[in-house]
Amino acid sequence: MNRSVISASDLSLTFQTNDGPVHALKDVSLDIHKGDFVSFIGPSGCGKTTFLRVMADLEHPTGGSITVNGVSAAEARRNRAYGYVFQAAGLYPWRTIGGNIRLPLEIMGYSKADQAERVARVLELVELDGFEKKFPWQLSGGMQQRASIARALAFDADILLMDEPFGALDEIVRDHLNEQLLALWRRTEKTIAFVTHSIPEAVYLSTKIVVMSPRPGRISDVIDSPLPKERPLEIRDTPEFIEIAHRVRDGLRAGHGYDD
Amino acid sequence: MRRFGPVLVVVLTIFAIWYVGSFLMNRTWVMDQAARAGTEPGFTEVLRDTMNQDRAKLPAPHQVAAELYDGVVNKKVTSKRSLVYHGFITFQATMAGFALGIIAGVALAVAIVLSRFADLTLMPWAIISQTIPVVALAPMIVVLANAAGAGSLMVPKAIIAGYLGFFPILVSMVAGLRSPDGMQLDLLRTYGASPGQVFWKLRLPASLPYFFASLKIAVAASLVGAIVGELPTGAISGLGARMLIGSQFGNPMIMWSALFAAAILAALLIWIVSGIEKIAVRTMGGGQT
Amino acid sequence: MTGQPSLFLRIGLPLGFGIAVLVLWELFVVGFNIPRAILPAPSEIWAAIQRSTAILWVDWVQTVLKGALTGLLIGAVAGFVAALAIDRVDFLRRGLLPVANFVAALPIVGVAPIMVMWFGFDWQSKAAVVVVMVFFPILVNTLAGLAATDRMQRDLMRTYSASHAQTLTKLRLPAAMPFVFNGLKISATLALIGAIVAEYFGSPTKGMGFRISTEVGRLGIDMVWAEIAVSALTGTVLYGFVVLIERWVTFWHPSQRRGR
Repeated sequence: MNRSVISASDLSLTFQTNDGPVHALKDVSLDIHKGDFVSFIGPSGCGKTTFLRVMADLEHPTGGSITVNGVSAAEARRNRAYGYVFQAAGLYPWRTIGGNIRLPLEIMGYSKADQAERVARVLELVELDGFEKKFPWQLSGGMQQRASIARALAFDADILLMDEPFGALDEIVRDHLNEQLLALWRRTEKTIAFVTHSIPEAVYLSTKIVVMSPRPGRISDVIDSPLPKERPLEIRDTPEFIEIAHRVRDGLRAGHGYDD
Repeated sequence: MRRFGPVLVVVLTIFAIWYVGSFLMNRTWVMDQAARAGTEPGFTEVLRDTMNQDRAKLPAPHQVAAELYDGVVNKKVTSKRSLVYHGFITFQATMAGFALGIIAGVALAVAIVLSRFADLTLMPWAIISQTIPVVALAPMIVVLANAAGAGSLMVPKAIIAGYLGFFPILVSMVAGLRSPDGMQLDLLRTYGASPGQVFWKLRLPASLPYFFASLKIAVAASLVGAIVGELPTGAISGLGARMLIGSQFGNPMIMWSALFAAAILAALLIWIVSGIEKIAVRTMGGGQT
Repeated sequence: MTGQPSLFLRIGLPLGFGIAVLVLWELFVVGFNIPRAILPAPSEIWAAIQRSTAILWVDWVQTVLKGALTGLLIGAVAGFVAALAIDRVDFLRRGLLPVANFVAALPIVGVAPIMVMWFGFDWQSKAAVVVVMVFFPILVNTLAGLAATDRMQRDLMRTYSASHAQTLTKLRLPAAMPFVFNGLKISATLALIGAIVAEYFGSPTKGMGFRISTEVGRLGIDMVWAEIAVSALTGTVLYGFVVLIERWVTFWHPSQRRGR
């Protein structure tokens, strides 16, 4: 059961810029197991998004190694091993909601009947049934982001990579989507890597919280959450929750150095 | 170098294609001449003859360059065969039209932004005016300008140039004057600013970057208007008139040198206007973020 | 602001303005006894149109159908295909884009006498002028449109490991359409100008440009105005036609969303 889905060892990534090299990641090692919900939290510049992009083969490490599903990140991408959710919904305005969710299915060559069945299923999963024929710009921001999650769930990838997907939404919508995401995770048993800069969000969602710090981007703490899988929103008022949140905050402070 | 390398290669390739085209298109004439003379020219002779014809179908680049050089440097500036002379005539009409276009474009834009009535009434006609081929109107503009007592061809040419030049300025200025967002307008409302103050202190300054950005397109359009205005109007001086004369005498060198003189004039105008735009943007404090 | 003006106002006001101009024109000509050789009244122009529909039709076919529209079609397709080809090769794009941008700003009408020399007096030379004039705006706009996708949209296609062709047809071409139509709108007006200008450099004894220059010589000014009226109507209808197709194709673009 504790099979490693994503495994990074001594991962480094240095960007060459006009102001000299920037160490976005330095000697990062981490194992993510099947069914984990892992959050990456840290101040901007700590490399959390870069790390996620390396897992997705959107960025190439300059040192160390990473495997996804036991193969290289590039091969995993070609095998369509993961769904990726970006900070913005990024739906194509010329396609309906249904058409947007169908996009990856068309590219991956699913049959027409299969496409229709899957679109209906994921729309229901994110509670957007009835909006299939609407265009993205006719929907609210929160609904658009839900549609983009549906788009990532539509094909058979058991990994979900999410880069601050709720960062631009207001608190109330965000709470609601967090609840929905947890329910979805329990039901689908996907492995989720989730980048955020919100401590409550990270603690509420995760089985494992990875605290990162900048310059160079590295992991400063990994916290295994003792919280149960079943988590109502009120769990955020329990002492256990507050204690984990404290530890995350301490980790963030230790790595931060207050130089900005 | 990374930026200019590909451009250089492309430009050189264009020249190479041009030379090959000259050879292929001018060969027929050389072969005809040879057949008439009963000779059998070798490849080098054919090549030489295709590159030096006075009435080449496609003059080679060095011929055009030589003709340009001759027309710009070797002729007195006042000579009727000087490209500087003809270029200056067209330049004058372009500038007059450009000025006319700026005045008309800005005035119309202000009216359209300030008055809903003007917006609904005039904007559609401004668009329609550009869909009407101005070349068709050109002779009538000459007739009317003469009837109204304009002494020279300069006035109708300037009007035609302005007709093409005003539109880019109008469109940009309308966008620019409307660019302040609700928050900025609300801020002035909290100060109790009058509509006049809103216009002078917010809308007009906000529109300036749009204005300068549109000048490049407007000056290029004015030049096209000035050249086009010389074609059906019986002009004998100006670059457009040169093209017409070259066409009537079947002299390709005149056509090609006039075409390139017009291109160089366009490049100069755009370069100068871009310079003005850069200076304006810098003094307005833009481009720093 | 009082919201969207009604359709009645949006059509009635400009129409009323047009009619007012015509009425003032008529009154001015009649009232001041302006000679017909200088400015004919609209009623006289209308009479000329009715009198010589046959000639106007022949000229229209020669200039618009054979010259302008043939050239527009060939030039637009050529520019579009060239843009797709150039876009595939990064070196070409970096080399040709600045050159094409530069050429697009030049007074290309100047090639008219050369085309007349190459292709003769008939419509082929007129179409050739239009092809050259139209080619560059379409090329430049299409290239700009193909580059108009943002990084997130391209990354999304990467996470699906989509092929070049899939990225082109599903993302970049739809996203380029607003730009392509900008080029087409510019081209539609250029096409008529090019076809008429080329006739000033030589034509058979028909065509709108030919008729205008000969009638000016014969002081048949009402006939000149009749040709102008036909060309104005043609230009407006052609432009309107392009705008209609644009509405239909790029309905999703923010500038087209009004009233949805």
